[in-house]
Amino acid sequence: MIAIVDYQAGNLASVQRALAFLGHDSVITHDPEQVSLAERIILPGVGAAGKAMSDLRRLGMERALFVSYEERKPILGICLGTQIILEKSEENNTACIGLIKGEVRRFPENMRGGEGRTLKVPHMGWNSVQFKKKHALFRGIDRDSEFYFVHSYYPSPSDPEIVLGETHYGFSFASVLLCKNLAAVQFHPEKSGGPGLRILSNFCSWKGKEDA
Amino acid sequence: MLSKRIIPCLDVRNGKLTKGIKFKGNVDIGDPVEMASFYCEEGADELVFYDITASSENRDIMIETVRRVAEKIFIPFCVGGGIRSVEDMRRVLLAGAEKVSVNSAAIRDPGLIARGAEAFGSQAIILGMDVKKVTPSKKIPSGYEIVIDGGRTPVGVDALVWARKAEELGTGEICLNSIDADGTKEGYELNLTRLIASRVSIPVIASGGAGEARHLFEVLTSGLADAALIASVTHYGLLSIRELKSYLHNKGIKVRMHW
Repeated sequence: MIAIVDYQAGNLASVQRALAFLGHDSVITHDPEQVSLAERIILPGVGAAGKAMSDLRRLGMERALFVSYEERKPILGICLGTQIILEKSEENNTACIGLIKGEVRRFPENMRGGEGRTLKVPHMGWNSVQFKKKHALFRGIDRDSEFYFVHSYYPSPSDPEIVLGETHYGFSFASVLLCKNLAAVQFHPEKSGGPGLRILSNFCSWKGKEDA
Repeated sequence: MLSKRIIPCLDVRNGKLTKGIKFKGNVDIGDPVEMASFYCEEGADELVFYDITASSENRDIMIETVRRVAEKIFIPFCVGGGIRSVEDMRRVLLAGAEKVSVNSAAIRDPGLIARGAEAFGSQAIILGMDVKKVTPSKKIPSGYEIVIDGGRTPVGVDALVWARKAEELGTGEICLNSIDADGTKEGYELNLTRLIASRVSIPVIASGGAGEARHLFEVLTSGLADAALIASVTHYGLLSIRELKSYLHNKGIKVRMHW
């Protein structure tokens, strides 16, 4: 069973719908026990870092995630779910879970794009990912594929080795992280059409190995 | 760098498309879910469903339609028409839409934009603007006036002033429809699109007037639009989204070519 962690921030059903479409059962849960018992875990992305972290702490979810990570259980972070696995976020100045080292920063104002126009924040829409390494999670995905992003903050991990993919928006930021059994994407695979569904499908059969 | 988006708009009444499309052996497809799947396979970057159901009891049919679409479609989609309250927005978003669009209701009650953005985030709120060209005056300095109720009622509000105010209130995007260009198939209203897009810092979706691929190129370049809404140009099979995107790609526009 796949557990979709509910930190009570809003609508998490789109990830579940995408999994159902692919033929995988999942449960949306705010019970740490259920998360501990799951085969694999998805940390979805809705809302703001401050509230998400205070809800996770209140629910006792932080420890369940730590233990699952140590147990080498496959974990997938999506959008905000990716950001809160780092140590801290500039959003609401939040101390996060810290499964991996690094922080989350806000896109600067007044970034300039190709046409000389100001780049808008949030970064919203379809953008590409430059993959730096091959990985089982991205098997079967065309290198020119694009993914759907909606975010104002971006992950900035300390260790460049865990950056599997980068996206350009004003500058290059880490949009795909991979550390042991933990994969994390800044875009929304559940809203990224065929390539996004492929990632979710690959995740459902991933054994959680770094170099698979 | 973000890709420019091509967004088909589907009009829905009582859970059925008002304009079917003739394809695959001249079959009229009236089901919004099938049509949405078809457009996804064709490479649409996003979809807009516009509920033109008149009576409020039929709103439940639309919510059910949204739910069915969300089970099959894994790209972002927006629902507009008849959204008058935060509660209306909540129902549509919980049923699986990414975004809601407000139009006339926001003119009558601008606070609706702020309340929606506060509750769901700016990225979930699109302001729909229907605009008509008029002689510039003290009241309408830009020469573009907002009209509501499907273009019938001018409201004495300047389009540029309204766009900037809506941005301040927290709308995440503007869908800008020219009543003059709508249905002409002679191209988007480039001056209007450029005027609004150059004066707000949120994405502008151009609407009204698309008849051929060249029109999309124009509005996405000199019109400064971030996205182009299309309706009849693909509904009637004049052009496929795939063809439109190939054309734009070959002209050097960044569009999503794999899906």
